[in-house]
Amino acid sequence: MMEIRFHGRGGQGAVTAAEVLAVAAFKDGKYAQAFGKFGPERRGAPVQSFTRISDEPIRIRQEVYEPDCVVVLDASLMKVVDVREGLKEGGILIINTGEEVAGAWAVDATQIAMDVIGKPIVNTAMLGAFNKASECAVTLDSLTEAIKERFPGKIGELNSKAIVKASEGCACCEV
Amino acid sequence: MVKKIAEGSHAVAEVVRLLNPDVLAMYPITPSTHIPERLSDFESDGELDGTIIRVDSEFSAMSALVGASATGVRTYTATSSQGLALMHEVLFVASAMRLPIVITVVNRALSAPLNIFNDWQDSISERDSGWIQMYGEDSQEVADLMVQAYRIAEDKRVLLPVMVCMDGFFLSHTYDVIDVPEDLKGFVPPYKPEHAYLDPKRPQTQGAWAMQEPYFELRKELEEAVGAALPVIKEVHDEFAKVFGRSYGGGAIDVYGEGDTVVVSMGSVCTNLKVLADRLGFQVVRVRCYRPFPAEDVKKALEGKKAVAVFEKDVAYGTGHGALYNDVRACTTGKAVNFIVGLGGLDVPINALEKMCGEIDAMNDGETRWQR
Repeated sequence: MMEIRFHGRGGQGAVTAAEVLAVAAFKDGKYAQAFGKFGPERRGAPVQSFTRISDEPIRIRQEVYEPDCVVVLDASLMKVVDVREGLKEGGILIINTGEEVAGAWAVDATQIAMDVIGKPIVNTAMLGAFNKASECAVTLDSLTEAIKERFPGKIGELNSKAIVKASEGCACCEV
Repeated sequence: MVKKIAEGSHAVAEVVRLLNPDVLAMYPITPSTHIPERLSDFESDGELDGTIIRVDSEFSAMSALVGASATGVRTYTATSSQGLALMHEVLFVASAMRLPIVITVVNRALSAPLNIFNDWQDSISERDSGWIQMYGEDSQEVADLMVQAYRIAEDKRVLLPVMVCMDGFFLSHTYDVIDVPEDLKGFVPPYKPEHAYLDPKRPQTQGAWAMQEPYFELRKELEEAVGAALPVIKEVHDEFAKVFGRSYGGGAIDVYGEGDTVVVSMGSVCTNLKVLADRLGFQVVRVRCYRPFPAEDVKKALEGKKAVAVFEKDVAYGTGHGALYNDVRACTTGKAVNFIVGLGGLDVPINALEKMCGEIDAMNDGETRWQR
């Protein structure tokens, strides 16, 4: 079973990202679970969401405390939240940033979202980065299909493009 | 059956649509909100045959359902926490009028302080309202319970309202893989009332004034009716299992694993307890049907056991225990201990439960621990 934790700010779509990832994994023929850690829903406040992906039915009902992968939608969170907390040895850290971070995967999702969608909505682009960094724990086909289902029409198309572009543009910086 | 991935609330809404209630009275409250939201989507897409009444409070919602159900039609609403509390007065009217109303309670803590997260204090506080109360472990079971609930409620041997309880957020806001039926008309045929119902062509009075003696007798009959629902609950469970291929123990309780120590609980926390039971070798008795309380089934399950530990997300204030513990306590003369967990939505992870299970042997009979 693979456990993923998303860090974002209220309004950035961290919960939607976790849900779309679960739907995509299901399309790949896997079992999946997704949920948010809900707080007072304030825009800008640090939020978390979680996805589990497994070949077997998922029998666990708790937050993800020791993730295999952490996805950070907003690098400014790293000043206030320990995003590496509980991350497994050899686990994957993916950060939305234009800079290189030692031991992490970096993708400038904000730039990609501005270029492709015209808005700084980065949650879907980060799923593309997850596809690359996780060595295809979820397929791009399923991700783009899931996002088009969630947001039919032009919004889905643009987000789908952002997913593909972020997968291509995601790179790992060695320690 | 179609296997799909869906948010718990959306799975419930989908099943409610298939169950085809005639009148739905809605006043959304967190965390039940996604159910009426989705049902409204169905309505605007022309996929819902029933009528949604947008009411001005939960008191009005339950009052509208009482009126509608008394005319002999199928009814539905969903609520949580303060919403259920506001229905309190009308819940007693619904049960005593023997109206087969079915509602989903998306369990949430009660104020104060204000808290939108999961515990069971809302529905537990309505345990004496004369309603049948069922608790699901996961979204699949909650969806299945919705199907069974209408069959139970509308059975002429029962004719009582049912609340199907699901843990807020842990189930309502979680995407899980579930089987959704495509058609339920065979298992739950349209409701045809045979008992009292309001009809201008056949004038009658329901739920009106009663003097001491008839009131006393009617209340006694209500208690007998709630108790008599238990075999029907089991029967409907077994029939459901045969038709849909999913079984949840005997319908009243779900016994899992083997061991001298028994852990009793309800709802979604049982998934983690079952994982732990595999590892540590204890038995889990999950109470599915909380009212009527299946005392004989629980007694049988606890017979000859070394100790029983009750884990629950509610408090029976002033008794020093949770409400479930007090019910279970009455079923055994052996050692029984109580853990109050997860109030206000606190996560109850497997490692915390493991620590608690390790404390059972050293605890005194009757001891309650509040465990964060």
